[in-house]
Amino acid sequence: MFYREAGQFKTSYAADQAAFPISQDRVFIGIWLLIGFVAVPLLSNEYLFRAIFIPFLIMALAALGLNLLVGYCGQVSLGTGAFMAVGAYAAYNFWIRIPGLNPLIAFVLAGGVATLVGILFGIPSLRIKGFYLAVATLAAQFFIDWVFSRIGWFTNYTPSGSIAVPAISLFGFEFESPLRKYFLCLTILVLFAIVAKNLVRGRIGRAWMATRDMDVAAEIIGIRPMYAKLSAFAVSSFFIGVAGALWGFVHLGSWEPLAFDVNRSFSILFMVIIGGLGSILGAFLGAAFITVLPLILNQTPHWLGIQLSTAMISHIEFMIFGALIVFFLAVEPQGLARLWRIAKEKLRLWPFPY
Amino acid sequence: MGFFIEVLVGGLMAGVLYSLVALGFVLIFKASGVFNFAQGAMVLFAALSFVRLLDILKDTFAPMLLALAITIAIMIVLAIVIERLVLRPLVNQPGISLFMATLGIAYFLDGFGQAIWGSDVYTLDVGIPKDPVLLFESIFEGGVLLSTEDMVAALVAGLLVAALALFFQRTRIGRALRAVADDHQAAQSVGIPLNYIWVIVWSVAGLVALVAGIIWGSKLGVQFSLSLIALKALPVLILGGFESVLGAIVGGLIIGAGEKLSEVYLGPYIGGGIENWFAYVLALFFLLFRPQGLFGEKHIDRV
Repeated sequence: MFYREAGQFKTSYAADQAAFPISQDRVFIGIWLLIGFVAVPLLSNEYLFRAIFIPFLIMALAALGLNLLVGYCGQVSLGTGAFMAVGAYAAYNFWIRIPGLNPLIAFVLAGGVATLVGILFGIPSLRIKGFYLAVATLAAQFFIDWVFSRIGWFTNYTPSGSIAVPAISLFGFEFESPLRKYFLCLTILVLFAIVAKNLVRGRIGRAWMATRDMDVAAEIIGIRPMYAKLSAFAVSSFFIGVAGALWGFVHLGSWEPLAFDVNRSFSILFMVIIGGLGSILGAFLGAAFITVLPLILNQTPHWLGIQLSTAMISHIEFMIFGALIVFFLAVEPQGLARLWRIAKEKLRLWPFPY
Repeated sequence: MGFFIEVLVGGLMAGVLYSLVALGFVLIFKASGVFNFAQGAMVLFAALSFVRLLDILKDTFAPMLLALAITIAIMIVLAIVIERLVLRPLVNQPGISLFMATLGIAYFLDGFGQAIWGSDVYTLDVGIPKDPVLLFESIFEGGVLLSTEDMVAALVAGLLVAALALFFQRTRIGRALRAVADDHQAAQSVGIPLNYIWVIVWSVAGLVALVAGIIWGSKLGVQFSLSLIALKALPVLILGGFESVLGAIVGGLIIGAGEKLSEVYLGPYIGGGIENWFAYVLALFFLLFRPQGLFGEKHIDRV
């Protein structure tokens, strides 16, 4: 009774084409925006921003990008960390080499560079499929790691190979306090989420999904596989590149290539799978889960009053993390987003059983 | 010329070691269609168990044999546990889910192995001679310097592959394994129990991991980085093809030789450390011409 479409008539073409045709969905999104823009800033403290909310927002953006590629177009990529690195280093280079450049423009340009690199490494997807492609994208990961740690030009010849950037300032605002950083990341994430939502329900999103479901059949009904696959790589890399630039400039402040190694790729893929393949909501849920879980695992022995060596804690963290992943895949293989879908079904009928 | 051959042979030997790890991947992929990322973690786990048991049992009459036997038992138990807790609940899930599950297994095993066996670097000495030998002095000036350790490793790998080939071709279980690899449903319909076969395959992969772990461990010391060897084996896999044992061997040789030759002859021009990615780029290049790998099965898509 809470989630009923009955009685919501569409009386214009615009209403029929709406992104969220059901009013409950609109209310729900509005509530989340209120929570994000009002409740969280009021109730949260510096530590929570730094440790949870900012990483979560940036990771959600990266997961959103990867989900477009893996979840909507069906091309498995293990090179996410590398594309984030491209975004971060490109933003850095635009920023130091063009004095006075607005950081936002640097981020967008960095996303553009990541797009080009993404298309380049997406070209093999025209020939190879499935796990062969997944392993091939690892080539991007290792090659790009190597480029940024060995070629001095990209790091402006800093002797340690690590990069440090000061807090960015936009339109006269210094983005130094966690609260301001949070608002910046949240705004960017919301904008990108709107873009993603509209992309996947449009022509290009449908082409991606057809390619994912069966690429030969998609080709026969007139979808150009090259266009579909490479555009998925391009859009996804743009999202991931911007996320990488944010991760470097806003979250870390100083970083080295290790910040974007293969484990980063895996953790973002975990977010996409645990959240739910082919779901925008899933990217958010997965990012929240993977960001918060290590913190909880880290703190649990402390709360329980058990004394363990840090090495032991990290081993046990690994074990529980691995076990939880297997557990989640076994219990809900379609991800956390599916739980929400089930909840909606229940809410539609509640309080009646059927 | 002598130097070239030395580098080449050294690369081929290293390639054999990659093949050993890749072999474990291929066995599991063939029989269950699971792309098992945990193979590297299994190598680490087996090697850690072995080296620690060796230490605990060093006062008994035959520490080596006992440790080997117990480690094999551990790997078989591990295979049973994985089949029960991971594969069975995930039957009929898409390949990507199973792949993620094996990533979970890899995390778990890395943590578990180090939690119970400790995370120090252990030296492992199984009596493989380590002194290099000089060969072909009469043919080339200066001769060719070869590591006996590598040669023993290559020999062991060769024996292992021969044993696996015999096992697959000549035994009843081997035939069942090949049937499952060809077609799950057809195999099941002629009465081959899938779950039992999976336990066997994962056990065999565990044994291969143990052998790889012992050889790599005696070369580099038993430590966490053994787990990352899996990443080295992946280009071998895509080069050789996921379904082919022969592909794993040939792929390993090509990657090993290519990597060493490029490091020596290309490295000075474009900077060191290229062995981290060279294998992948080489494999990628091959894939552009043969998308299913050198010896993989050609997939025909039907609509």
